[in-house]
Amino acid sequence: MNSSQNLRPVLPLRRRSLIAWPLAAVASPALAQFRVEISGVGATQLPIAALKFRDEEKAPQPVGAIVRADLERSGLFRNVDGAGTVVDETSQPSMPEWRGRNADALVAGSVSRLADGRFDVRYRLWDVVKGADLGGQSYAVPAADLRLAAHRIADAVYERLTGEKGVFSTRIAYVTKGGGRHTLWVTDADGEGGQSALVSPEPIISPAWSPDGRELAYVSFEKRKAVVYVQDVGSGKRRTIADFRGSNSAPAWSPDGSQMALTLSREGGSQLYLMSRDGSNVRRFTQSGAIDTEATWSPDGKHIYFVSDRGGGPQIYRQAVSGGGAERITFGGSYNISPAVSPDGRLLAYISRDGGAFRLQVVELAGGTPRTLGNTADDESPSFAPNSRLIIYATRDGGRDVLMTTTADGRIKARLVATQADVREPVWGPFGR
Amino acid sequence: MNTLNRHHTPALALVVALVLAGCASGVKLDETPPVETRTPGAGSGAGAAGSGTSQSGVAAVDLTGKTDASAVGKIVYFDFDSFVVKDEYRGIVEGHAKMLAANRSKRVVIEGHADERGGREYNLALGQKRAEAVGRSLALLGVQDSQLESVSYGEERPAVTGSDEAAWAKNRRAELRDR
Repeated sequence: MNSSQNLRPVLPLRRRSLIAWPLAAVASPALAQFRVEISGVGATQLPIAALKFRDEEKAPQPVGAIVRADLERSGLFRNVDGAGTVVDETSQPSMPEWRGRNADALVAGSVSRLADGRFDVRYRLWDVVKGADLGGQSYAVPAADLRLAAHRIADAVYERLTGEKGVFSTRIAYVTKGGGRHTLWVTDADGEGGQSALVSPEPIISPAWSPDGRELAYVSFEKRKAVVYVQDVGSGKRRTIADFRGSNSAPAWSPDGSQMALTLSREGGSQLYLMSRDGSNVRRFTQSGAIDTEATWSPDGKHIYFVSDRGGGPQIYRQAVSGGGAERITFGGSYNISPAVSPDGRLLAYISRDGGAFRLQVVELAGGTPRTLGNTADDESPSFAPNSRLIIYATRDGGRDVLMTTTADGRIKARLVATQADVREPVWGPFGR
Repeated sequence: MNTLNRHHTPALALVVALVLAGCASGVKLDETPPVETRTPGAGSGAGAAGSGTSQSGVAAVDLTGKTDASAVGKIVYFDFDSFVVKDEYRGIVEGHAKMLAANRSKRVVIEGHADERGGREYNLALGQKRAEAVGRSLALLGVQDSQLESVSYGEERPAVTGSDEAAWAKNRRAELRDR
């Protein structure tokens, strides 16, 4: 690695890229489960020409189009039309020509089928303003991972040009209800490439990714009561993690994956318990006569945030894993639930009742005024992206149940519109897969 | 990582390329693509289309064949934000208590429910609280703890669809079912 490039320089934005970009719709490839719609204003959008990859039409996935859609959906990039040009990673494109098209950056590549049936996906990125080749990579992948390769390329471009880690190659999980069945889905972070992990006639709630992204814990009612299972996503192998008397719910992995916090009613009432990841060593964590539920760990693993109505209505509290008393965190309003801590430990996202509305709010944990991020009234289940920059949540918009992503500052929102009637319980997976 | 050095000696990167497999190990562009060195399909990615081991495969578990026909049990309704078993349901509670006292081998499950407003997990806890309130009423009438289990469906299984007070009132309930 070239040492000067360790600094991850951010491309200088030209003045025209500071122009606000109003509304846009990004068309998705065929078989899309979601149509991504972006609203909000990106004040500093970098104009990038993300071209069709050579021979991408001969592969099962439109690699260049996926890269382009990822970058646009982030709200930080504006696509520059490259129609009529033929560029791949081996080209030496004319920088004056691309400057003439008002592009600050250019990404191009190719897709070729290998003898063993896999695909070799290659790309190269250019800084058009400086006329510099910023490098590229090659990924040899099976057809099932072509979307992943495209997302990895988008991540690399995003990180190179913004200095922040991208989350395009991460996955999300969520639950749909329709046609008498409940389905737990795993999709790419763009809502595409959906695969069902669990189909059940009974409800499924509260999915939670293991920190290594290989397992999902969730609550399933298939035994006519709430039982917590852990399922290996790749193999479909399941194990029962908590099936005690009463209800078992709200699983939350510790950051190192060794422990789980969850809500059990086995001693009466809903209280928090801790257990090892295999379900052993169960011990009670809270002792209150009230409802304690929705545990989530601080990124350093030292605290657990949770919801309790010990003070009357439900509010968010924090308690050290090592023990001690609970400290109340939310004070505004009479109903604050579903805490999510950003992976960088800076922010707390939660749902706050405001009259008859339930709204996504974010507050700096170091202290500050809570901000309402949306204008929707039925927000649920916030979950941070692993780069702490985005939050996914469920809500109703335009009379439909939808999943939304928003930047943590609320400026840029993308609506993942499901074709299914009812979509809920989104949770963002970790880096890597 | 994603930079490309045209003058870099390929030896080390090639070794890396030979060792690592799949998409996680993007190789630098100027290195020889590791075509002949891989064993496609080794390790077997579940659900992968095409050859090679996929990192995107998700294996599905289907439980829809295992339907559980459910008869509606005796129902106790609750006021908004309330966990008090109202006097009008004394008949239901006493009837079950008598039946359970007469037959100690009989068991009853009490399913608590909440209306749709608010969070799913908090509503699960509210439903649990309602089920346990009915369970306590039965215990006071002499039913043994081992004959009862209180569980909750939260807002997940509404008796009535709709988003008005009439529907919500029908959904704030506890159902008693024989086991």
